[in-house]
Amino acid sequence: MLNSSPVSETLVDVDSVTFSYGRRPVLKAISMKVPRGKVVAIMGVSGSGKTTLLRLISGQLRPGGGAVRVAGQAVHELDGEGLYRLRRKMSMLFQFGALFTDITVFENVAFPLREHTDLPEVMIRDLVLMKLEAVGMRGAHRQMPSELSGGMARRVALARAVVLDPLLVLYDEPFAGLDPIALAVIGQLVRKLNDALGATSIVVSHDVQECLEIVDYLYFVSEGRIVGEGTPDEVRASADPLVRQFVHGDIDGPFPFHTASRPYAVDVGLAPPKAAPGV
Amino acid sequence: MRWTWASRPRRRPRVFRKLRRPLERLGHNFIEGIWGIGVMARFFGLVLASSGTSFSRFRLVMREVYFTGVLSLIIIIVSGLFIGMVLGLQGYQTLQRYGATESIGVLVALSLVRELGPVVSAILFAARAGSAITAEIGLMKTTEQLTAMDMMAVSPMARVVAPRFWAGVISMPILALLFSAMGVFGGYLVGVVLIGVDNGAFWSQMQAAVDFRYDVLNGVVKAFVFGIAVSVIATFQGYDAPPTAEGVSRATTRTVVTSALVILALDLVLTAFMLRDDG
Repeated sequence: MLNSSPVSETLVDVDSVTFSYGRRPVLKAISMKVPRGKVVAIMGVSGSGKTTLLRLISGQLRPGGGAVRVAGQAVHELDGEGLYRLRRKMSMLFQFGALFTDITVFENVAFPLREHTDLPEVMIRDLVLMKLEAVGMRGAHRQMPSELSGGMARRVALARAVVLDPLLVLYDEPFAGLDPIALAVIGQLVRKLNDALGATSIVVSHDVQECLEIVDYLYFVSEGRIVGEGTPDEVRASADPLVRQFVHGDIDGPFPFHTASRPYAVDVGLAPPKAAPGV
Repeated sequence: MRWTWASRPRRRPRVFRKLRRPLERLGHNFIEGIWGIGVMARFFGLVLASSGTSFSRFRLVMREVYFTGVLSLIIIIVSGLFIGMVLGLQGYQTLQRYGATESIGVLVALSLVRELGPVVSAILFAARAGSAITAEIGLMKTTEQLTAMDMMAVSPMARVVAPRFWAGVISMPILALLFSAMGVFGGYLVGVVLIGVDNGAFWSQMQAAVDFRYDVLNGVVKAFVFGIAVSVIATFQGYDAPPTAEGVSRATTRTVVTSALVILALDLVLTAFMLRDDG
Protein backbone atom coordinates (compact mmCIF):
# COMPACT_ATOMS: atom_id res chain seq x y z
CA MET A 1 0.00 0.00 0.00
CA LEU A 2 1.34 3.40 -0.90
CA ASN A 3 1.26 6.03 1.80
CA SER A 4 0.20 9.29 0.33
CA SER A 5 -3.16 10.96 0.70
CA PRO A 6 -4.74 13.98 -0.90
CA VAL A 7 -4.85 16.94 1.45
CA SER A 8 -6.87 19.70 -0.23
CA GLU A 9 -10.65 20.20 0.14
CA THR A 10 -12.56 17.01 -0.59
CA LEU A 11 -15.26 17.07 -3.28
CA VAL A 12 -16.07 13.35 -3.36
CA ASP A 13 -15.93 11.33 -0.17
CA VAL A 14 -16.53 7.59 -0.34
CA ASP A 15 -16.72 6.35 3.22
CA SER A 16 -16.65 2.60 4.03
CA VAL A 17 -19.01 1.79 1.16
CA THR A 18 -20.22 -1.75 0.67
CA PHE A 19 -22.29 -2.94 -2.28
CA SER A 20 -23.56 -6.29 -3.53
CA TYR A 21 -25.28 -7.49 -6.69
CA GLY A 22 -27.70 -9.96 -5.10
CA ARG A 23 -25.58 -12.14 -2.84
CA ARG A 24 -22.34 -11.35 -4.65
CA PRO A 25 -20.38 -8.68 -2.78
CA VAL A 26 -18.74 -6.21 -5.19
CA LEU A 27 -17.41 -3.50 -2.87
CA LYS A 28 -16.19 -4.32 0.63
CA ALA A 29 -15.96 -1.27 2.92
CA ILE A 30 -14.17 0.85 0.34
CA SER A 31 -13.05 4.40 1.24
CA MET A 32 -11.50 7.14 -0.89
CA LYS A 33 -11.39 10.92 -1.11
CA VAL A 34 -11.21 13.01 -4.25
CA PRO A 35 -9.97 16.56 -3.72
CA ARG A 36 -11.42 19.53 -5.61
CA GLY A 37 -9.65 20.41 -8.85
CA LYS A 38 -7.78 17.12 -9.18
CA VAL A 39 -7.90 14.32 -11.73
CA VAL A 40 -8.10 10.98 -9.91
CA ALA A 41 -7.99 7.56 -11.55
CA ILE A 42 -9.67 4.41 -10.28
CA MET A 43 -7.92 1.41 -11.78
CA GLY A 44 -8.36 -2.32 -11.56
CA VAL A 45 -9.02 -5.44 -13.55
CA SER A 46 -12.42 -6.10 -15.12
CA GLY A 47 -15.02 -7.03 -12.52
CA SER A 48 -13.10 -5.42 -9.66
CA GLY A 49 -15.94 -3.00 -8.92
CA LYS A 50 -14.57 0.27 -10.31
CA THR A 51 -17.53 1.07 -12.60
CA THR A 52 -19.87 0.15 -9.73
CA LEU A 53 -18.00 2.73 -7.64
CA LEU A 54 -18.58 5.34 -10.37
CA ARG A 55 -22.29 4.50 -10.44
CA LEU A 56 -22.48 4.87 -6.67
CA ILE A 57 -20.84 8.30 -6.85
CA SER A 58 -23.30 9.40 -9.55
CA GLY A 59 -26.26 8.03 -7.59
CA GLN A 60 -27.23 5.44 -10.20
CA LEU A 61 -26.81 2.81 -7.46
CA ARG A 62 -27.29 3.05 -3.72
CA PRO A 63 -24.72 1.53 -1.36
CA GLY A 64 -25.58 -1.36 0.93
CA GLY A 65 -23.59 0.32 3.71
CA GLY A 66 -21.39 3.36 4.28
CA ALA A 67 -21.83 6.78 2.68
CA VAL A 68 -21.06 8.57 -0.60
CA ARG A 69 -20.85 12.37 -0.36
CA VAL A 70 -20.43 14.75 -3.27
CA ALA A 71 -19.91 18.44 -2.45
CA GLY A 72 -21.00 17.64 1.10
CA GLN A 73 -24.29 16.02 0.06
CA ALA A 74 -24.97 12.37 0.90
CA VAL A 75 -25.82 11.07 -2.57
CA HIS A 76 -27.55 7.93 -1.33
CA GLU A 77 -29.94 9.96 0.86
CA LEU A 78 -31.16 12.24 -1.93
CA ASP A 79 -34.62 11.78 -3.43
CA GLY A 80 -35.17 11.90 -7.21
CA GLU A 81 -35.44 15.70 -7.33
CA GLY A 82 -32.39 16.20 -5.09
CA LEU A 83 -30.36 13.78 -7.17
CA TYR A 84 -31.24 15.63 -10.37
CA ARG A 85 -30.25 18.94 -8.71
CA LEU A 86 -26.87 17.43 -7.85
CA ARG A 87 -26.46 15.90 -11.31
CA ARG A 88 -26.79 19.32 -12.90
CA LYS A 89 -23.39 20.00 -11.30
CA MET A 90 -21.81 16.78 -12.53
CA SER A 91 -21.53 14.95 -15.82
CA MET A 92 -20.40 11.60 -17.10
CA LEU A 93 -18.53 10.45 -20.19
CA PHE A 94 -19.60 6.95 -21.15
CA GLN A 95 -17.39 4.22 -22.56
CA PHE A 96 -18.68 4.62 -26.12
CA GLY A 97 -19.88 8.20 -25.85
CA ALA A 98 -23.63 7.44 -25.63
CA LEU A 99 -24.41 10.20 -28.14
CA PHE A 100 -28.07 10.53 -29.15
CA THR A 101 -28.07 8.91 -32.56
CA ASP A 102 -31.15 10.69 -33.93
CA ILE A 103 -29.75 14.23 -33.66
CA THR A 104 -26.65 15.97 -35.04
CA VAL A 105 -23.37 16.56 -33.24
CA PHE A 106 -24.43 20.19 -32.64
CA GLU A 107 -27.77 19.18 -31.15
CA ASN A 108 -26.09 16.56 -28.97
CA VAL A 109 -23.84 19.18 -27.38
CA ALA A 110 -26.71 21.67 -27.18
CA PHE A 111 -28.97 19.10 -25.47
CA PRO A 112 -28.06 19.90 -21.83
CA LEU A 113 -28.24 23.65 -22.56
CA ARG A 114 -31.70 23.36 -24.10
CA GLU A 115 -32.95 21.16 -21.24
CA HIS A 116 -31.59 23.18 -18.33
CA THR A 117 -31.31 26.78 -19.48
CA ASP A 118 -33.43 29.40 -21.23
CA LEU A 119 -30.52 30.81 -23.18
CA PRO A 120 -31.26 32.43 -26.54
CA GLU A 121 -30.44 30.42 -29.64
CA VAL A 122 -27.50 32.70 -30.54
CA MET A 123 -25.84 32.08 -27.20
CA ILE A 124 -26.47 28.33 -27.38
CA ARG A 125 -24.81 28.31 -30.79
CA ASP A 126 -21.76 30.20 -29.49
CA LEU A 127 -21.40 27.95 -26.43
CA VAL A 128 -21.75 24.74 -28.43
CA LEU A 129 -19.24 25.83 -31.07
CA MET A 130 -16.84 26.95 -28.34
CA LYS A 131 -16.96 23.53 -26.63
CA LEU A 132 -16.67 21.72 -29.96
CA GLU A 133 -13.68 23.91 -30.82
CA ALA A 134 -12.08 22.93 -27.49
CA VAL A 135 -12.25 19.24 -28.43
CA GLY A 136 -11.33 19.87 -32.09
CA MET A 137 -14.72 18.86 -33.48
CA ARG A 138 -16.22 22.20 -34.57
CA GLY A 139 -15.92 21.16 -38.20
CA ALA A 140 -18.17 18.16 -37.61
CA HIS A 141 -21.05 19.99 -35.93
CA ARG A 142 -23.49 19.23 -38.77
CA GLN A 143 -22.65 15.52 -38.91
CA MET A 144 -24.71 12.72 -37.40
CA PRO A 145 -23.11 10.51 -34.69
CA SER A 146 -23.19 7.52 -37.07
CA GLU A 147 -20.76 9.38 -39.35
CA LEU A 148 -18.10 9.71 -36.63
CA SER A 149 -15.27 7.36 -35.67
CA GLY A 150 -15.01 6.04 -32.10
CA GLY A 151 -12.45 8.66 -31.09
CA MET A 152 -14.43 11.51 -32.68
CA ALA A 153 -17.64 10.36 -30.95
CA ARG A 154 -15.78 10.30 -27.64
CA ARG A 155 -14.59 13.89 -28.21
CA VAL A 156 -18.11 15.09 -29.02
CA ALA A 157 -19.38 13.29 -25.91
CA LEU A 158 -16.65 15.08 -23.94
CA ALA A 159 -17.82 18.44 -25.30
CA ARG A 160 -21.39 17.54 -24.29
CA ALA A 161 -20.19 16.47 -20.82
CA VAL A 162 -18.53 19.83 -20.13
CA VAL A 163 -20.98 22.16 -21.88
CA LEU A 164 -22.62 23.18 -18.58
CA ASP A 165 -19.19 23.67 -16.90
CA PRO A 166 -19.72 20.90 -14.31
CA LEU A 167 -18.16 20.70 -10.89
CA LEU A 168 -17.37 17.02 -11.30
CA VAL A 169 -16.79 14.94 -14.45
CA LEU A 170 -16.91 11.15 -14.27
CA TYR A 171 -15.18 9.17 -17.03
CA ASP A 172 -16.13 5.53 -17.56
CA GLU A 173 -13.34 3.84 -19.54
CA PRO A 174 -12.67 6.90 -21.74
CA PHE A 175 -9.71 5.23 -23.50
CA ALA A 176 -11.33 1.88 -24.35
CA GLY A 177 -11.04 0.83 -27.99
CA LEU A 178 -9.13 3.90 -29.20
CA ASP A 179 -6.06 4.02 -31.44
CA PRO A 180 -2.91 5.49 -29.82
CA ILE A 181 -3.40 8.95 -31.32
CA ALA A 182 -7.09 9.22 -30.36
CA LEU A 183 -6.19 7.84 -26.93
CA ALA A 184 -3.54 10.52 -26.38
CA VAL A 185 -5.94 13.22 -27.63
CA ILE A 186 -8.69 12.16 -25.20
CA GLY A 187 -6.15 11.88 -22.37
CA GLN A 188 -4.86 15.41 -22.94
CA LEU A 189 -8.40 16.76 -23.30
CA VAL A 190 -9.39 15.23 -19.95
CA ARG A 191 -6.49 16.99 -18.27
CA LYS A 192 -6.77 20.32 -20.08
CA LEU A 193 -10.54 20.65 -19.74
CA ASN A 194 -10.32 19.79 -16.05
CA ASP A 195 -7.76 22.55 -15.47
CA ALA A 196 -9.46 25.08 -17.75
CA LEU A 197 -12.89 24.59 -16.16
CA GLY A 198 -11.61 24.23 -12.60
CA ALA A 199 -13.51 20.95 -12.43
CA THR A 200 -12.71 17.69 -10.66
CA SER A 201 -12.40 14.48 -12.63
CA ILE A 202 -12.65 10.80 -11.75
CA VAL A 203 -11.37 8.47 -14.46
CA VAL A 204 -12.16 4.76 -14.39
CA SER A 205 -9.76 3.02 -16.73
CA HIS A 206 -7.56 0.04 -17.48
CA ASP A 207 -5.00 2.15 -19.28
CA VAL A 208 -2.23 2.56 -16.70
CA GLN A 209 0.30 4.36 -18.88
CA GLU A 210 -2.15 7.01 -20.11
CA CYS A 211 -3.51 7.53 -16.59
CA LEU A 212 0.00 7.89 -15.16
CA GLU A 213 0.54 10.72 -17.66
CA ILE A 214 -2.56 12.77 -16.90
CA VAL A 215 -3.85 12.12 -13.38
CA ASP A 216 -2.86 13.55 -9.99
CA TYR A 217 -3.66 10.47 -7.96
CA LEU A 218 -4.51 6.80 -8.53
CA TYR A 219 -6.47 4.20 -6.62
CA PHE A 220 -6.14 0.49 -7.41
CA VAL A 221 -9.24 -1.59 -6.74
CA SER A 222 -9.24 -5.37 -6.55
CA GLU A 223 -12.01 -7.68 -5.34
CA GLY A 224 -13.94 -4.75 -3.92
CA ARG A 225 -11.10 -3.26 -1.91
CA ILE A 226 -8.54 -0.48 -2.38
CA VAL A 227 -5.28 -2.39 -2.70
CA GLY A 228 -2.99 0.47 -3.66
CA GLU A 229 -2.98 4.23 -4.08
CA GLY A 230 -0.60 7.09 -4.69
CA THR A 231 0.60 9.81 -7.02
CA PRO A 232 1.89 8.72 -10.45
CA ASP A 233 5.50 8.94 -9.23
CA GLU A 234 4.71 6.86 -6.16
CA VAL A 235 2.92 4.28 -8.28
CA ARG A 236 5.84 4.03 -10.73
CA ALA A 237 8.26 3.49 -7.83
CA SER A 238 5.99 1.16 -5.88
CA ALA A 239 7.36 -2.18 -4.72
CA ASP A 240 3.88 -3.51 -4.01
CA PRO A 241 3.57 -6.71 -6.10
CA LEU A 242 -0.03 -6.01 -6.98
CA VAL A 243 0.62 -2.45 -8.15
CA ARG A 244 3.75 -3.58 -9.99
CA GLN A 245 1.86 -6.31 -11.81
CA PHE A 246 -0.81 -3.85 -12.92
CA VAL A 247 1.66 -1.14 -13.97
CA HIS A 248 3.94 -3.52 -15.87
CA GLY A 249 1.16 -5.73 -17.23
CA ASP A 250 2.63 -9.03 -15.97
CA ILE A 251 0.52 -12.03 -16.94
CA ASP A 252 0.59 -13.73 -13.56
CA GLY A 253 0.93 -12.40 -10.05
CA PRO A 254 -1.44 -11.34 -7.28
CA PHE A 255 -4.09 -10.81 -10.01
CA PRO A 256 -4.29 -14.51 -11.05
CA PHE A 257 -4.14 -15.45 -14.75
CA HIS A 258 -6.82 -18.12 -14.27
CA THR A 259 -10.35 -17.52 -13.11
CA ALA A 260 -11.41 -19.46 -10.01
CA SER A 261 -12.33 -22.97 -11.13
CA ARG A 262 -12.07 -26.66 -10.37
CA PRO A 263 -8.68 -28.28 -11.01
CA TYR A 264 -7.97 -28.69 -14.74
CA ALA A 265 -7.44 -32.45 -14.30
CA VAL A 266 -10.98 -32.81 -12.93
CA ASP A 267 -12.53 -30.84 -15.77
CA VAL A 268 -10.81 -32.94 -18.46
CA GLY A 269 -11.66 -36.20 -16.67
CA LEU A 270 -8.13 -37.20 -15.59
CA ALA A 271 -8.92 -37.09 -11.89
CA PRO A 272 -12.05 -37.96 -9.92
CA PRO A 273 -13.82 -34.91 -8.50
CA LYS A 274 -13.64 -36.03 -4.87
CA ALA A 275 -9.98 -37.01 -4.98
CA ALA A 276 -8.80 -33.68 -6.32
CA PRO A 277 -8.14 -30.91 -3.81
CA GLY A 278 -10.11 -27.72 -3.96
CA VAL A 279 -13.27 -29.22 -5.43
CA MET B 1 -23.36 -48.51 6.94
CA ARG B 2 -25.92 -50.97 8.31
CA TRP B 3 -29.35 -50.71 6.74
CA THR B 4 -32.05 -49.53 9.15
CA TRP B 5 -35.63 -48.42 8.59
CA ALA B 6 -34.70 -44.84 9.49
CA SER B 7 -31.84 -44.77 6.96
CA ARG B 8 -33.93 -46.15 4.06
CA PRO B 9 -33.71 -44.12 0.85
CA ARG B 10 -36.75 -41.86 0.67
CA ARG B 11 -37.70 -41.29 -2.92
CA ARG B 12 -40.93 -39.75 -4.03
CA PRO B 13 -43.06 -41.82 -6.41
CA ARG B 14 -41.94 -41.54 -10.02
CA VAL B 15 -45.10 -39.69 -11.10
CA PHE B 16 -44.32 -36.83 -8.66
CA ARG B 17 -40.74 -36.61 -9.86
CA LYS B 18 -41.86 -36.44 -13.48
CA LEU B 19 -44.51 -33.82 -12.78
CA ARG B 20 -42.36 -31.63 -10.57
CA ARG B 21 -40.46 -29.74 -13.27
CA PRO B 22 -43.43 -28.86 -15.49
CA LEU B 23 -45.46 -27.84 -12.43
CA GLU B 24 -42.60 -25.67 -11.19
CA ARG B 25 -42.29 -24.06 -14.61
CA LEU B 26 -46.05 -23.48 -14.81
CA GLY B 27 -46.10 -21.88 -11.36
CA HIS B 28 -43.04 -19.80 -12.17
CA ASN B 29 -44.56 -18.55 -15.43
CA PHE B 30 -47.86 -17.73 -13.70
CA ILE B 31 -46.15 -15.74 -10.95
CA GLU B 32 -43.94 -14.02 -13.54
CA GLY B 33 -47.04 -13.11 -15.55
CA ILE B 34 -48.81 -11.58 -12.54
CA TRP B 35 -45.60 -9.79 -11.59
CA GLY B 36 -45.22 -8.50 -15.14
CA ILE B 37 -48.77 -7.07 -15.17
CA GLY B 38 -48.01 -5.27 -11.91
CA VAL B 39 -44.74 -3.87 -13.23
CA MET B 40 -46.43 -2.71 -16.45
CA ALA B 41 -49.25 -1.05 -14.47
CA ARG B 42 -46.67 0.79 -12.38
CA PHE B 43 -44.85 1.79 -15.57
CA PHE B 44 -48.14 3.13 -17.01
CA GLY B 45 -48.62 5.20 -13.85
CA LEU B 46 -45.07 6.56 -14.17
CA VAL B 47 -45.67 7.48 -17.82
CA LEU B 48 -48.81 9.42 -16.87
CA ALA B 49 -46.97 11.10 -13.99
CA SER B 50 -44.12 12.07 -16.35
CA SER B 51 -46.40 13.46 -19.05
CA GLY B 52 -46.12 17.11 -18.01
CA THR B 53 -43.16 17.73 -20.33
CA SER B 54 -45.05 16.18 -23.25
CA PHE B 55 -47.76 18.82 -22.98
CA SER B 56 -45.58 21.78 -22.05
CA ARG B 57 -43.28 20.99 -25.01
CA PHE B 58 -45.84 19.58 -27.41
CA ARG B 59 -43.41 19.64 -30.33
CA LEU B 60 -41.74 16.56 -28.75
CA VAL B 61 -45.05 14.70 -29.17
CA MET B 62 -45.62 16.08 -32.68
CA ARG B 63 -42.20 14.85 -33.75
CA GLU B 64 -43.14 11.34 -32.60
CA VAL B 65 -46.58 11.62 -34.22
CA TYR B 66 -44.69 12.00 -37.49
CA PHE B 67 -42.59 8.85 -36.87
CA THR B 68 -45.39 6.69 -35.50
CA GLY B 69 -48.45 8.09 -37.27
CA VAL B 70 -47.48 9.76 -40.53
CA LEU B 71 -44.99 7.05 -41.48
CA SER B 72 -47.67 4.41 -40.82
CA LEU B 73 -50.04 6.04 -43.29
CA ILE B 74 -48.98 4.02 -46.33
CA ILE B 75 -49.53 0.61 -44.75
CA ILE B 76 -52.83 1.76 -43.18
CA ILE B 77 -54.19 3.27 -46.41
CA VAL B 78 -53.18 0.35 -48.63
CA SER B 79 -54.42 -2.28 -46.16
CA GLY B 80 -57.71 -0.41 -45.66
CA LEU B 81 -58.27 -0.20 -49.39
CA PHE B 82 -57.65 -3.90 -49.96
CA ILE B 83 -59.75 -5.03 -47.00
CA GLY B 84 -62.61 -2.82 -48.18
CA MET B 85 -62.35 -4.30 -51.68
CA VAL B 86 -62.35 -7.87 -50.34
CA LEU B 87 -65.36 -7.05 -48.12
CA GLY B 88 -67.10 -5.67 -51.20
CA LEU B 89 -66.49 -8.84 -53.21
CA GLN B 90 -67.44 -11.25 -50.42
CA GLY B 91 -70.41 -9.13 -49.38
CA TYR B 92 -71.76 -8.91 -52.92
CA GLN B 93 -71.60 -12.67 -53.35
CA THR B 94 -73.55 -13.27 -50.13
CA LEU B 95 -76.06 -10.43 -50.56
CA GLN B 96 -76.79 -11.51 -54.14
CA ARG B 97 -78.50 -14.66 -52.81
CA TYR B 98 -81.02 -12.51 -50.93
CA GLY B 99 -81.37 -9.88 -53.65
CA ALA B 100 -79.98 -7.20 -51.38
CA THR B 101 -76.87 -6.13 -53.27
CA GLU B 102 -77.68 -2.44 -52.64
CA SER B 103 -76.89 -3.09 -48.98
CA ILE B 104 -73.27 -3.76 -49.81
CA GLY B 105 -72.34 -0.26 -48.65
CA VAL B 106 -73.95 -0.88 -45.26
CA LEU B 107 -72.14 -4.20 -44.87
CA VAL B 108 -68.75 -2.72 -45.74
CA ALA B 109 -69.19 0.42 -43.64
CA LEU B 110 -70.52 -1.27 -40.50
CA SER B 111 -67.88 -4.03 -40.62
CA LEU B 112 -65.18 -1.41 -40.91
CA VAL B 113 -66.21 1.33 -38.50
CA ARG B 114 -67.37 -1.06 -35.76
CA GLU B 115 -64.73 -3.80 -35.87
CA LEU B 116 -62.22 -4.14 -38.67
CA GLY B 117 -61.13 -0.50 -38.75
CA PRO B 118 -60.03 -0.21 -35.11
CA VAL B 119 -58.83 -3.83 -34.72
CA VAL B 120 -56.88 -4.31 -37.97
CA SER B 121 -55.38 -0.81 -37.94
CA ALA B 122 -54.32 -1.33 -34.28
CA ILE B 123 -52.63 -4.63 -35.15
CA LEU B 124 -50.92 -3.01 -38.14
CA PHE B 125 -49.95 -0.06 -35.95
CA ALA B 126 -48.41 -2.44 -33.38
CA ALA B 127 -46.45 -4.20 -36.14
CA ARG B 128 -45.28 -1.02 -37.86
CA ALA B 129 -44.92 1.64 -35.14
CA GLY B 130 -45.02 -0.40 -31.90
CA SER B 131 -42.10 -2.58 -32.94
CA ALA B 132 -40.16 0.53 -34.04
CA ILE B 133 -40.78 2.24 -30.68
CA THR B 134 -39.62 -0.85 -28.78
CA ALA B 135 -36.51 -1.27 -30.89
CA GLU B 136 -35.62 2.42 -30.63
CA ILE B 137 -36.03 2.64 -26.84
CA GLY B 138 -34.33 -0.76 -26.38
CA LEU B 139 -31.33 0.31 -28.44
CA MET B 140 -31.17 3.65 -26.63
CA LYS B 141 -30.95 1.64 -23.42
CA THR B 142 -28.34 -0.74 -24.87
CA THR B 143 -26.12 2.12 -26.04
CA GLU B 144 -26.46 3.89 -22.66
CA GLN B 145 -28.32 6.85 -24.18
CA LEU B 146 -31.05 6.60 -21.53
CA THR B 147 -28.48 6.45 -18.72
CA ALA B 148 -26.63 9.40 -20.29
CA MET B 149 -29.89 11.37 -20.29
CA ASP B 150 -30.56 10.41 -16.68
CA MET B 151 -27.01 11.53 -15.78
CA MET B 152 -27.77 14.91 -17.39
CA ALA B 153 -30.68 15.25 -14.93
CA VAL B 154 -33.17 14.75 -17.76
CA SER B 155 -35.79 12.09 -17.05
CA PRO B 156 -35.91 9.48 -19.86
CA MET B 157 -39.51 8.77 -18.88
CA ALA B 158 -40.48 12.38 -19.51
CA ARG B 159 -38.21 13.03 -22.50
CA VAL B 160 -38.28 9.70 -24.37
CA VAL B 161 -41.13 7.47 -23.17
CA ALA B 162 -44.03 9.88 -22.53
CA PRO B 163 -43.86 11.68 -25.93
CA ARG B 164 -43.87 8.33 -27.75
CA PHE B 165 -46.77 7.10 -25.63
CA TRP B 166 -48.91 10.18 -26.35
CA ALA B 167 -47.97 10.13 -30.01
CA GLY B 168 -49.34 6.58 -30.23
CA VAL B 169 -52.52 7.53 -28.35
CA ILE B 170 -53.11 10.50 -30.69
CA SER B 171 -52.20 8.67 -33.92
CA MET B 172 -54.23 5.50 -33.40
CA PRO B 173 -57.82 6.89 -33.68
CA ILE B 174 -56.86 8.99 -36.71
CA LEU B 175 -55.28 5.98 -38.40
CA ALA B 176 -58.34 3.84 -37.62
CA LEU B 177 -60.66 6.47 -39.16
CA LEU B 178 -58.46 6.67 -42.25
CA PHE B 179 -58.40 2.88 -42.47
CA SER B 180 -62.21 2.75 -42.35
CA ALA B 181 -62.56 5.58 -44.87
CA MET B 182 -60.19 3.86 -47.30
CA GLY B 183 -62.04 0.56 -46.73
CA VAL B 184 -65.37 2.17 -47.61
CA PHE B 185 -63.74 3.64 -50.71
CA GLY B 186 -62.41 0.15 -51.60
CA GLY B 187 -65.92 -1.28 -51.16
CA TYR B 188 -67.27 1.50 -53.41
CA LEU B 189 -64.68 0.72 -56.09
CA VAL B 190 -65.62 -2.97 -56.14
CA GLY B 191 -69.38 -2.62 -55.53
CA VAL B 192 -70.26 0.43 -57.63
CA VAL B 193 -67.45 0.90 -60.16
CA LEU B 194 -66.55 -2.75 -60.84
CA ILE B 195 -69.78 -4.71 -60.24
CA GLY B 196 -72.28 -1.97 -61.00
CA VAL B 197 -74.36 -1.65 -57.84
CA ASP B 198 -76.41 1.53 -57.91
CA ASN B 199 -74.34 4.48 -56.70
CA GLY B 200 -77.22 6.25 -54.93
CA ALA B 201 -78.37 3.09 -53.16
CA PHE B 202 -74.82 2.33 -52.02
CA TRP B 203 -74.37 5.70 -50.28
CA SER B 204 -77.93 6.34 -49.11
CA GLN B 205 -78.32 2.93 -47.44
CA MET B 206 -74.95 3.38 -45.78
CA GLN B 207 -75.96 6.84 -44.57
CA ALA B 208 -79.22 5.52 -43.17
CA ALA B 209 -77.70 2.53 -41.38
CA VAL B 210 -74.51 3.95 -39.92
CA ASP B 211 -75.10 5.88 -36.71
CA PHE B 212 -72.45 8.47 -35.90
CA ARG B 213 -72.47 8.12 -32.13
CA TYR B 214 -73.17 4.39 -31.89
CA ASP B 215 -70.99 3.17 -34.75
CA VAL B 216 -68.36 5.78 -35.67
CA LEU B 217 -67.74 7.21 -32.21
CA ASN B 218 -67.62 3.77 -30.60
CA GLY B 219 -65.04 2.76 -33.22
CA VAL B 220 -62.98 5.81 -32.33
CA VAL B 221 -63.25 4.95 -28.62
CA LYS B 222 -62.03 1.44 -29.39
CA ALA B 223 -59.11 2.79 -31.42
CA PHE B 224 -58.24 5.19 -28.57
CA VAL B 225 -58.16 2.32 -26.06
CA PHE B 226 -56.08 0.18 -28.45
CA GLY B 227 -53.72 3.14 -28.90
CA ILE B 228 -53.18 3.31 -25.14
CA ALA B 229 -52.62 -0.46 -24.94
CA VAL B 230 -50.18 -0.67 -27.88
CA SER B 231 -48.24 2.41 -26.77
CA VAL B 232 -47.85 1.19 -23.18
CA ILE B 233 -46.78 -2.27 -24.35
CA ALA B 234 -44.31 -0.91 -26.92
CA THR B 235 -42.67 1.63 -24.61
CA PHE B 236 -42.60 -0.79 -21.68
CA GLN B 237 -41.03 -3.59 -23.70
CA GLY B 238 -38.34 -1.22 -24.99
CA TYR B 239 -37.64 0.26 -21.57
CA ASP B 240 -37.59 -3.16 -19.90
CA ALA B 241 -35.54 -4.93 -22.61
CA PRO B 242 -32.26 -6.53 -21.50
CA PRO B 243 -29.49 -4.32 -22.97
CA THR B 244 -28.32 -6.90 -25.52
CA ALA B 245 -29.01 -7.56 -29.21
CA GLU B 246 -31.03 -10.66 -28.28
CA GLY B 247 -32.89 -8.77 -25.56
CA VAL B 248 -34.02 -6.03 -27.96
CA SER B 249 -34.98 -8.58 -30.61
CA ARG B 250 -37.12 -10.55 -28.13
CA ALA B 251 -38.69 -7.38 -26.78
CA THR B 252 -39.68 -6.30 -30.31
CA THR B 253 -41.31 -9.66 -30.96
CA ARG B 254 -43.09 -9.50 -27.60
CA THR B 255 -44.50 -6.08 -28.48
CA VAL B 256 -46.19 -7.37 -31.64
CA VAL B 257 -47.45 -10.64 -30.14
CA THR B 258 -48.66 -9.15 -26.84
CA SER B 259 -50.26 -6.17 -28.58
CA ALA B 260 -52.17 -8.39 -31.02
CA LEU B 261 -53.53 -10.57 -28.20
CA VAL B 262 -54.39 -7.61 -25.96
CA ILE B 263 -56.14 -5.82 -28.85
CA LEU B 264 -58.32 -8.84 -29.58
CA ALA B 265 -59.12 -9.40 -25.89
CA LEU B 266 -59.94 -5.71 -25.35
CA ASP B 267 -62.08 -5.71 -28.48
CA LEU B 268 -64.22 -8.47 -27.03
CA VAL B 269 -64.66 -6.60 -23.75
CA LEU B 270 -65.38 -3.24 -25.43
CA THR B 271 -67.81 -4.77 -27.92
CA ALA B 272 -69.71 -6.41 -25.05
CA PHE B 273 -70.00 -3.02 -23.32
CA MET B 274 -70.98 -1.17 -26.49
CA LEU B 275 -73.68 -3.55 -27.75
CA ARG B 276 -77.20 -2.19 -27.58
CA ASP B 277 -80.63 -3.67 -28.07
CA ASP B 278 -81.68 -2.62 -31.56
CA GLY B 279 -85.14 -4.05 -31.07
